[in-house]
Amino acid sequence: MTLLDIKNLSVDFPSRDKIFKAVSNASLTVQAGEIHGLVGESGAGKSTIGAAIMGLIERPGYISGGEITFKEELTSGLDADAMRELRGKKISMIFQDPLTSLNPLLTVGDQLIETIQTHLGFNKKQALARAHELLVRVGIHDADARLDQYPHQFSGGMRQRVVIALALCSEPDVIVADEPTTALDVAVQAQILELIRDLTIERQVGVILITHDMGVIADTTDRVTVMYMGEVVETGTTEEIMGRPQHEYTKSLISAVPRPQIKLRRFSQVSYGGRDTRFAIEELVRNWPQSNNDPNKPLLSVSNITKKFPLARSIIPSRSTWLTAVDDVSFDIMPGEVFGVVGESGSGKSTVARMISGLYQLNGGQVTFDGNIVSDPSDKEAQARFRREIQMIFQDPYSSLNPRMRVADIIAEPIRHHKTMSGSDVKYRVHELLEQVGLGAAVEKKYPHEFSGGQRQRISIARALATQPRFLICDEPTSALDVSIQAQILNILKDLQEHLGLTMLFISHDLPVVRQMCDRVAVMQKGKVLELQDTESLFANPKTNYTRELLDLMPHLKGLSEEGLEVL
Amino acid sequence: MTNTSQPDAQHKAPSRLAQFWGSDIMWKFRHSPVAIVAFIFTALLVLSAVFAPLVAPHNPFDPASLNLLNGFTPPMEPNAFTGDAFLLGTDDQGRDVFSTILYGMRVSLFVGFAAVSLGLILGVSLGLVAGYFGGIVDAIIMRVADVQLTFPSILVAMLIFGIAKGVTPPEYRDEMAIWVLIIAIGLSDWVQFARVVRGATLVEVRKEYVQAARLIGRSSRSIIFGHILRNVLSPVLVIATISLALAIIAEATLSFLGVGAPPTQPSLGTLIRIGQQYLFSGEWWILLFPAATLLLLALSVNLLGDWLRDALNPKLK
Repeated sequence: MTLLDIKNLSVDFPSRDKIFKAVSNASLTVQAGEIHGLVGESGAGKSTIGAAIMGLIERPGYISGGEITFKEELTSGLDADAMRELRGKKISMIFQDPLTSLNPLLTVGDQLIETIQTHLGFNKKQALARAHELLVRVGIHDADARLDQYPHQFSGGMRQRVVIALALCSEPDVIVADEPTTALDVAVQAQILELIRDLTIERQVGVILITHDMGVIADTTDRVTVMYMGEVVETGTTEEIMGRPQHEYTKSLISAVPRPQIKLRRFSQVSYGGRDTRFAIEELVRNWPQSNNDPNKPLLSVSNITKKFPLARSIIPSRSTWLTAVDDVSFDIMPGEVFGVVGESGSGKSTVARMISGLYQLNGGQVTFDGNIVSDPSDKEAQARFRREIQMIFQDPYSSLNPRMRVADIIAEPIRHHKTMSGSDVKYRVHELLEQVGLGAAVEKKYPHEFSGGQRQRISIARALATQPRFLICDEPTSALDVSIQAQILNILKDLQEHLGLTMLFISHDLPVVRQMCDRVAVMQKGKVLELQDTESLFANPKTNYTRELLDLMPHLKGLSEEGLEVL
Repeated sequence: MTNTSQPDAQHKAPSRLAQFWGSDIMWKFRHSPVAIVAFIFTALLVLSAVFAPLVAPHNPFDPASLNLLNGFTPPMEPNAFTGDAFLLGTDDQGRDVFSTILYGMRVSLFVGFAAVSLGLILGVSLGLVAGYFGGIVDAIIMRVADVQLTFPSILVAMLIFGIAKGVTPPEYRDEMAIWVLIIAIGLSDWVQFARVVRGATLVEVRKEYVQAARLIGRSSRSIIFGHILRNVLSPVLVIATISLALAIIAEATLSFLGVGAPPTQPSLGTLIRIGQQYLFSGEWWILLFPAATLLLLALSVNLLGDWLRDALNPKLK
């Protein structure tokens, strides 16, 4: 049965001087008992469709065309009251962040009971029984005790289960889930998706699953609609779209997904709509100093480094408590190697990166670079030399660039600081770098907010390359980016390693990405290195159970088209 | 998402003035009647104060132009003895009230601007240092601020004024008075700048661009003033505008209490103090006009500050 039928929906957001078409002419249908995936990159309009279904489009946006039919009943013309009735009773929503969608000052039980009473007209006792039943159904087993708890007493995954229970209170026909697992760890994500999957079949509801994650789409949905810049480019069964994409955009999107099973030489042509601006590696190579690394000696050695953060300070030393974020970690990185560090959030991998870079001081152990100890803060000369040799690319391209500085000044800062060049040469060098990272010298006067996430990460790369370093630390460099932009940035990093012989420390929680990028990988848990292996042998024969669990949690991406991939 | 690799190739970038006029803040300004009216009044008052010697019909500080017989002339009426008429009347010594207001506003605005600048420089620097270094430095600076906030700012100002009066020789007292006023008001108002800047700095310090700068090897000083300062300035601008109104009122209050601007260099507050002596004897204009001017000035600057706060707040968009 067709529950929801969207025909030629258009949503406009008028602004000062133009109308932004967030969605134009989008059509899709949702059947009972199926999960319909809505996939696209940021700004594709997928969340706007979700909001339109719920009647929750934020002003000044409005539906400028098309219609939404719910069980053969037109909803577009409904007034606000009727819409609220329909929204509460028949259509529910699951939001991305379970922390903000629950009221922190009410117990979970109160919130469930209130919703049940409003929608189903139960008395308090019946509602309590139903709330209990729902919590058990979504996998919260000690429901009696949990009903009296507040949202902050639940973990992220448990909270999202409560949100799902809340969405089920009104016995809806359609559930709109907007990135329901994006804020969760991989292990929890898999459980939540399975729960949604089971509930869909069991209760014969129609689910619209909005996500940017191709892994979620491939493993969870029955049918999928691909969106690009407000338009539906392709729709069909998940098997068809993932296995035999027809539209060029879908093809480019699928080819940009990092695969867990195979290692690619590099990501294939991922441009669509002329977005993959060229990265001029050849020109960069021409001016790059020849490396004189001894290939048999490690470029960077980390021996027994330890970092403790105070949890509670006390004058009496024995009463202070400390969190050991990094505990006795040692490894060597050879010249020209990409060394990966993986682990879940809180495993200490980013702390390692910050200790090596000198942003954190060590509580023990030492870091050696090119034969010299660089972790001694009193040796100013060694520190200054080391600063020129290493650079870092940060996770969040929105906060790693000073919003009030022009691009030219951002890139010139390291050059000016190290005084490696005179004034007019700096300007020339900045232009050169901007050309090389594919942005063009003309953007030098712009501010960071005028760029997209991928372009900002290119600016970060230009800044990192400005002093011609020998060692690059990449701390989750692509986890904030869309998948096609991620592929472009990863290709650039691969180029830097292959053509310039740059040595890299690559921090990531994303195992498929690590497989594409790294030569050797260290797996970290609770501040310790559990195992360290060549990437290929790690993926083939993990030595520890923890690594095996991590590998099992990777999205399987079964049936994803492998058209045009350069497999190694 | 569009192709922005060659953005400036086809169309020339507009001039700076045009860019400013087209910017979001100017667009909001053009669409806010309150802001426009407040701005017009502020500009009118400030300009007439700055150009007082050109605008004012008399120079109230030139004894040669004064005629005691003109004293207590009501507004727009010829004087009974001399036949001279004055737009807003005259005070007890025959000075033209309109002219004294213009000259008085000069003093008020000068003290206001200078005091706010002092408070701003002090507060922003201390706030940046406290937020950036944290720990014991932060604790000391902010505790001093907390202690100062427990005293009414007028009391702090009077204290400073009193001490200054005690240490300066009597012959310099009148000259010093204005500067003491500035220091007294400026020192009583750095706390709010420091608090806001410290809060904003705490947020900025955690951002990755600060770490990137540290990684390059930049010193704390160049990170604070080269990177963080420019990112915390927009709330400072808002507070500065609102404190300007408060500083003008504080100056008027002090002068009204007789511990502010001397009668030889009267500010709006001094004029109000002189005027209130004659309120019940029928010469209402000596008090009313300076008071109305003070009200108008403070109100329009305040409204401008309020609008600026809303316009710069991304959450209210």
